[in-house]
Amino acid sequence: MQAADFDAGAELAALSQDGAGGIASFIGVVRGADAGGRRILGMTLEHYPGMTERALGRIAEEALARWPLTGCTIVHRVGRLSVGENIVFVGAASAHREAALQAVAFLIDWLKTSAPFWKAEEFEGGLHQWVAARAGDIAAAASWQAPEPHGLPVRPARL
Amino acid sequence: MRILYFAWLRERVGMAEEELELPAAVRNVQELIDWLRQRSPRHSEAFGDQGLVRCAVDQDFAALDAPVGQAREIAFFPPVTGG
Repeated sequence: MQAADFDAGAELAALSQDGAGGIASFIGVVRGADAGGRRILGMTLEHYPGMTERALGRIAEEALARWPLTGCTIVHRVGRLSVGENIVFVGAASAHREAALQAVAFLIDWLKTSAPFWKAEEFEGGLHQWVAARAGDIAAAASWQAPEPHGLPVRPARL
Repeated sequence: MRILYFAWLRERVGMAEEELELPAAVRNVQELIDWLRQRSPRHSEAFGDQGLVRCAVDQDFAALDAPVGQAREIAFFPPVTGG
């Protein structure tokens, strides 16, 4: 967790180590408009110091327990961010692509619903509005709740 | 006990945290919310729609029936929206 931007290339290079045959990643960036098409000027990411680190550690541990990963990375920014700036980097490396791709989808789905971050979007006229949790995000995270007893978890239907 | 507020709960209560002595009758999260509501009109308004309030006891997500007696730190916040 950091206020500064991250270097996605450096994060990917760090995941490219012995045993890795594939590296998957996701980068979230600040959108320029909200769901209703209103122009967004930027956003502020608030978090719960202490609990955030614990929650991210648990999410990463869960991914490492579910898939045979050679590594995984979560970088989440906090503070004020402008449109187009990076918010979050999630990466996973494994011997084969399926585990890496699924782990990245899992990491970002769980991060959205179980790490204590809150986004406030800024609009014209100095207005700011806290983003409401989306039912779709909660359903996406819940779809990962039940791993298969053998092998890889079932891929959620929406992927 | 340290009570923390985040995001719009922090704005509506008007403070990021407060140090409070809980009465013995406050045993779980629900009873703490009911007690906090009576502290000021701002608290009452912040906790007005309890369906939008989430809680963590000592930095773990907690349900309404979670005990609070031994806790050092209790946080209230809206559903999380990171990522």
